[in-house]
Amino acid sequence: MTNLAATSAGAISARGPKPRTLTASRIGVYAFLIIAALFFLLPLWVMVVTSLKTLPEIRQGHLFNWPELLTFEPWLKAWDTACTGRDCNGLKPGFWNSVKITALSVPVSIVVAMINGYALSFWKYRGSEFLFGVLIFGAFVPYQVVIYPLIIGLSKVGLFATLPGIVIVHTIFGMPILTLLYRNFFASLPIELFKAGRVDWAGFWGIFFRIMLPMSVPITIVAVILQTTGIWNDFLFGTVFAGRENMPMTVQLNNIVTTTTGVREYNVNMAATILTAAVPLVVYFISGKWFVRGIAAGAVKG
Amino acid sequence: MTQVAQGGEGAAAGFASAATRRKPRLRKRLNVQSVLGTTPMIATAVGVFIICIIFSIIWSFTNSKLFPNFNFIGWAQYQRLWSTDRWIISVQNVAVFGVLSIVGGMVFGYLLAVFMDQRIKQEDLFRSIFLYPFAMSLVVTGLVWQWMFDPNLGIQSAVRQMGWTSFEFAPLVKQETALYGVVLGGLWNGVGVTMAIMLAGLRGVDSEIWKAAKVDGIPTWKTYLFVVLPMMRGAIATAFILQCTGVVRVFDIVIAMTQGGPGVSTQMPAIYVIQHITDRVNVGQGMAAATMMLLPVMVLIGLQYLVRWNANRRAGRA
Amino acid sequence: MTSSVSIRELSLSFGHVKVLESLDLEVAQGEFIVLLGPSGCGKSTLLNCIAGLLDVSDGEIHISGRNVTWDEPKDRGIGMVFQSYALYPQMTVERNLSFGLRVARMPKPEIDARVKRASEILQIEPLLQRKPVELSGGQRQRVAIGRALVRDVDVFLFDEPLSNLDAKLRSDLRIEIKRLHQRLKNTMIYVTHDQVEAMTLADRIAIMKNGVIQQLDDPHTIYNKPVNLFVAGFIGSPSMNFLRGQLTGTDISVDGQTISIASYPFESHAGGPAVLGIRPEHVALGDEARKMPVQIESEIELVEPMGADTIAWTKIGTQSLTFRAAAEVHLVPGQKVLIGFDPSRGSVFNAESGQRI
Ligand SMILES: Nc1ncnc2c1ncn2[C@@H]1O[C@H](COP(=O)(O)OP(=O)(O)O)[C@@H](O)[C@H]1O
Ligand SMILES: [Mg+2]
Repeated sequence: MTNLAATSAGAISARGPKPRTLTASRIGVYAFLIIAALFFLLPLWVMVVTSLKTLPEIRQGHLFNWPELLTFEPWLKAWDTACTGRDCNGLKPGFWNSVKITALSVPVSIVVAMINGYALSFWKYRGSEFLFGVLIFGAFVPYQVVIYPLIIGLSKVGLFATLPGIVIVHTIFGMPILTLLYRNFFASLPIELFKAGRVDWAGFWGIFFRIMLPMSVPITIVAVILQTTGIWNDFLFGTVFAGRENMPMTVQLNNIVTTTTGVREYNVNMAATILTAAVPLVVYFISGKWFVRGIAAGAVKG
Repeated sequence: MTQVAQGGEGAAAGFASAATRRKPRLRKRLNVQSVLGTTPMIATAVGVFIICIIFSIIWSFTNSKLFPNFNFIGWAQYQRLWSTDRWIISVQNVAVFGVLSIVGGMVFGYLLAVFMDQRIKQEDLFRSIFLYPFAMSLVVTGLVWQWMFDPNLGIQSAVRQMGWTSFEFAPLVKQETALYGVVLGGLWNGVGVTMAIMLAGLRGVDSEIWKAAKVDGIPTWKTYLFVVLPMMRGAIATAFILQCTGVVRVFDIVIAMTQGGPGVSTQMPAIYVIQHITDRVNVGQGMAAATMMLLPVMVLIGLQYLVRWNANRRAGRA
Repeated sequence: MTSSVSIRELSLSFGHVKVLESLDLEVAQGEFIVLLGPSGCGKSTLLNCIAGLLDVSDGEIHISGRNVTWDEPKDRGIGMVFQSYALYPQMTVERNLSFGLRVARMPKPEIDARVKRASEILQIEPLLQRKPVELSGGQRQRVAIGRALVRDVDVFLFDEPLSNLDAKLRSDLRIEIKRLHQRLKNTMIYVTHDQVEAMTLADRIAIMKNGVIQQLDDPHTIYNKPVNLFVAGFIGSPSMNFLRGQLTGTDISVDGQTISIASYPFESHAGGPAVLGIRPEHVALGDEARKMPVQIESEIELVEPMGADTIAWTKIGTQSLTFRAAAEVHLVPGQKVLIGFDPSRGSVFNAESGQRI
């Protein structure tokens, strides 16, 4: 380092990268993030440890401590025998109901929205934009404003409190966002793609199945994630439209926890809560970046 | 809120893109298949979002009890509504809840985004941590926080056991503080999303703006506050609309956390409506309340158009 | 000659990718230096290092005799202008100009005086109360220059400031920047990929390729005596003709045709594969060609009328050669013409190393 000699004695010449010192601001940044992370993680921790404790241990307090006596009893009970009122079948009927509802509603709502988005992008007709405007308006409408007439309507055709009924309801209320998602996606495709399809004399369905459907795989992944978590987590529609036979897991969870008869079994409640949250959490952690993309899809365009 | 938020964010995008997508891509022609293919959309748009709303409004002017009828009684349901303490408190509650959760969510969300923007190596990890509550339902959120807030066995007692015996933190048991407890639970669930939107907005800011600010010697925090934040209108608007729709619909979390109590301290309009069409068998009253819930949404949409119209006008002038 | 900016053995890498390696550059006080090179060659990276926006991997940077390698950008005595203007969008022009000074807690009268002076120089006084969205591209870039001006610094850095403007505005503003330099006599370091900007503005041009300065000279030398094939090919439009051949003594044989280039000022004598470079504008036609030391019969292949002049394509052996003819000369494809040139105005390069011989 020739320059060292050139500089005045004693002073170290500045050369190369600036020496990195762990500055106060850097520590502050990490401190903030870690404290925030603790705030977000704490409830999960509490849920897990509570669900693994015995009731006597819970009654001693020490909310945050790891259980002294590990027990999986509450999990079994939450799944199998926890009571809501007189029924003591645990969460499992609710789980299977949610599976049924989700498994039916997700594909139905996505297929419907996909066709909507496709038609709105390539096959507009008189009034189609107006319909879309109404749909977007529907995204903002508080559900309470339409729920009651919908109950009456579904009762009239005998679908109220049935599985097809709740599937229809989820399809209706998922339609605004999903249609928008697909419309924007199809509108971003090059128009030449569509024109090429027209040249080959493929009609509405021909172009849809042969060209558009294969192209919309990525956006459909986003839609599936969105709908699966959304429908699984639904509470209001489940309460109102599903009926006793098809009561989804969230509703049953709430009934188990808020049931007032007998002793409150906090460990069973927390095990039930985790069980209910498990499916969307698994979807979230598996899908990772896609989940964020689904959320961000709306954000980027602003 | 998962459901709710999805709707909101999509709608925000819809409005944002409406202006740019106005150019017609193709000549409109009537295609029978296209109309047939979109029957569900036609049915939903017309049947649900128009006809159902009209029926709700119509029944709000009737004395429908268990079953809807068409005995019109003028504004009586509304008079009764606005002289019912339960409703007035609900409206006050949702206002307080809304202001606190929106302001809190924006501030906390932006702060988190800013801190996440500091070239954090573990960014993905932190993002997952901040966002995972959003994947869980509001019922789950409500039940967890209810347990955490338990006066005898929750955070309060845990901290007391650690030696701080006068520590008080059990908001849900007191009328004055219950609402704040619900706000905290809601924030825990939804702040990650605001953070994600804000972070996307931050990342969208031209990197040369940052360089210019550094050359100008603007401290980082001032750049975030006075230069970058005003540039993120889109992200802020999206986050705002998203949270607004969530607030108007707030239902699940309250039911799970407090059932509207203690007393009526966490009653919400959405609960009021549901109670009147189920337990209280007073459909007319419920519909009047539902119609009132539609008002702020209408105002918001009107505002949105006004802003857009104003922006278009200004763009035209420049 | 006092150095205003002095860069010594500067290296910079992004992870494993070395963008700059042991780069040296001395810029004199008041000099206008242009960094010119294809996109991605590291020009902006170098400029950002000088500004302190990137942390260098090795080496030193001195500005106005001070070692600023570890200094913050604001303390380096530099002002910078960006391609995207980088104005603060929600602030008025006046605010944009004064924001940095306000933050630095400069007394108000001083701020006002500086803003006034800068806006006078740049003729943006009527725009002071407008916001950036209400300005045209050219006006925005003036404001951006003004923001550097109010800092009252010794060194101005420009990163492709005209690239976002249309052709007309670009040449207007180019002249304005030149005037500004003549008036202020600051040191300016200007990055561009546009050779016209470089030729017209620079006192000296540094031609860069892959993070290495190929040649640092005044525009005249760069144009007439390029040190290697890269510089020769990069500067000039249409670009220099390269005739590949075999050099023996002062004769070069191109596809069997022997051209005597005895008048060429050889810097070193080396035989073997060589490239003879002739600028299209140094090729003469017809009567003019008869006066040239080298004369060749050839056939016109293609004609491109450009208005002011005409570019014509011919062949020497199998290698094509373009030349610039006056617009009034009528040329048609297939026409036999006599062309000629003076080897002393050309360049000869070693075909292997690419270096000038
Ligand atoms: N932040 C960065 N991370 C990694 N590589 C970069 C970064 N910035 C620039 N580069 C790379 O460094 C090289 C030089 O870039 P730059 O200085 O911007 O070129 P230019 O001469 O066009 O201004 C390019 O190959 C570019 O890909
Ligand atoms: Mg560049």
